[in-house]
Amino acid sequence: MSETLTGAQMTVRLLERQGIRIVTGYPGGAILPIYDALGQSTVIRHVLARHEQGAGFIAQGMARVSGLPAVCLASSGPGATNLLTAIADAKLDSIPLVAITGQVPRAMIGTDAFQEVDTYGLTIPITKHNFLVTSAEELLEVIPRAFQIAASGRPGPVLIDIPKDVQTQAIEISHWPEPGGALPAPATITELTEQAAALINSAARPLLYLGGGVIHSGASAAAVELAEKSSLPTVMTLMALGAMPVDHPLSMGMLGMHGARYTNLALDECDLLIAIGARFDDRATGKVAQFCPNAKIIHIDIDPAELDKIKTAFIGIQSDVQDALNNLLPAVKQNSRKNWVNRIQTLKNQFPMQLPDADNPRSHFGLIRTVAACLDDSAIITTDVGQHQMWVAQAYPLRRPRQWLTSGGLGTMGFGVPAAIGAALAEPERTVVCFTGDGSILMNIQELVTAAEENVNVKIILMNNASLGLVHQQQTLFYGERLFASQFKAMPDFIKIAQGCGIQAIDLDQASNPCAALMEAISRQGPCLIHASIDATQKVYPMVPPGAANRDMIGA
Amino acid sequence: MNAINCQEEQAIARSIIEIDVNNHPGVMSHVVGLFSRRTFNVEGIICLPVGQSGLSRIWLLVNEDQRLPQMIKQVEKLEDVITIRRHNADHTVFRDLEHFFQSS
Repeated sequence: MSETLTGAQMTVRLLERQGIRIVTGYPGGAILPIYDALGQSTVIRHVLARHEQGAGFIAQGMARVSGLPAVCLASSGPGATNLLTAIADAKLDSIPLVAITGQVPRAMIGTDAFQEVDTYGLTIPITKHNFLVTSAEELLEVIPRAFQIAASGRPGPVLIDIPKDVQTQAIEISHWPEPGGALPAPATITELTEQAAALINSAARPLLYLGGGVIHSGASAAAVELAEKSSLPTVMTLMALGAMPVDHPLSMGMLGMHGARYTNLALDECDLLIAIGARFDDRATGKVAQFCPNAKIIHIDIDPAELDKIKTAFIGIQSDVQDALNNLLPAVKQNSRKNWVNRIQTLKNQFPMQLPDADNPRSHFGLIRTVAACLDDSAIITTDVGQHQMWVAQAYPLRRPRQWLTSGGLGTMGFGVPAAIGAALAEPERTVVCFTGDGSILMNIQELVTAAEENVNVKIILMNNASLGLVHQQQTLFYGERLFASQFKAMPDFIKIAQGCGIQAIDLDQASNPCAALMEAISRQGPCLIHASIDATQKVYPMVPPGAANRDMIGA
Repeated sequence: MNAINCQEEQAIARSIIEIDVNNHPGVMSHVVGLFSRRTFNVEGIICLPVGQSGLSRIWLLVNEDQRLPQMIKQVEKLEDVITIRRHNADHTVFRDLEHFFQSS
């Protein structure tokens, strides 16, 4: 039986058929037909952000916790340009996102019409793929395909730009396409995994280097199993934190610019580096020529363009990480590697991760550890970008995949609050904690209103040093202490802002017992801002100076 | 002077890349964007439809560069790219068109 529907109604129906139950966005003229159709949907709930960038990051939060493509909507022109940062962020962290934008009617494209911008052209370099839809008929192919592309292989953002007259065009539909999902990855070449297993078995000082691909692939358990079977000391990138519990005996935490000293020193000594779903990012490798100088490299990644991009692999395997690990595991021999594991322990004792003042809840590390003590592993942790982000990466006991949502590749200030809202919408049974700074929170502060409206269970820990901490730190260390534009002279009253936006707020500075106040605020249902002043002169240490080799760390 | 004269060809090693793509607006932007974002100049471009197949073939003339293998991998990942082949500079596709590029 056929029915006659408009492009807008088709779009909503196709989203419903994709299994989408929450979308987030911000309406405007050129997307009003879709909003009108969305308003009639009994299946999809729309979450109104307060800025399109907020919508983009709310969708990212949903996608990051679920691993499934999430949807955000915006109108043409400024609506679309406001989405760009969130889309670019999703590209760099390989997050599956489907962004739908309204466009001016086809006949007006190219006339500099009101709120017209070349959304298609603007999003070419920041999407995995993008579409400018030219007929209602095309939606039947484009929408399922957008979801397929977003979820397949290395995930990423896809944009669909839909002119307003395509949204209003009515056509007769007799057959709906199958929803688009992730295509199976090409089979792992077993010959290569056999060679890799032989190399692992014969290595004296191998290290496992896990990246975000391990999380995306859902392969954390297999990666830990590989580490345990062959006694592989394991480092993680910022994106991989949680893949192996930090307190696992083989875990050496995060590598690179703000990794522990022993972690980076161990990388210097390894004779085999097994990189899985990692892309040798400059913040992880430091000066590339001196990264793991004595090591052969096994590199497993689903994206063939990552192999040999930064470091030439001795064995490069294009494969889904889980699939490669399934192949690898039976061929890797049980090995206790006593000498190497002992050597790592010695390095760890000599050059441990230092968390000074961790028992003082009024210090940065102490605050992070106190928050952790109030929660169990079911909590989701998001961050903004800056000193607080690195401190949380160093000090929070992350123990499960998809527990940790942070803007790694693009490093977008303003990520934390909307991503936390998205996480809470996708998994409402969990407590979501967003660590942020006084710089970052202002970049998407309007989403506090969204948090209030949706009554999400988000606790925002605002670490306030009245500074742009990482800029302050770099100016202090590398620019002759010439502090410029990194200290805020005017500081808003964040408690009043939060309350004014309709969410609860407490000031730990005023609390006689900060631990008790924190516990009370975190266990109370609903959104809450928790303000804590921290010392602006504190640094993120240790630190690899920009451009230096990882062994040449400064501080701690 | 020819667009690609013999001396120039000897001075700079060139590569010719042949790319089969779906023929629709935007494909060219996707392909050349990968070059421009790396400040990698494309010396020559030819593109025409391939029969009635719905495909187009893009020929690119580029300077030899150590980044080419990575860029070819990136081009391969584009959704609308069907195949990509790399040829040596002795391929005749651009030379056959030289007479359209005489300076007046």
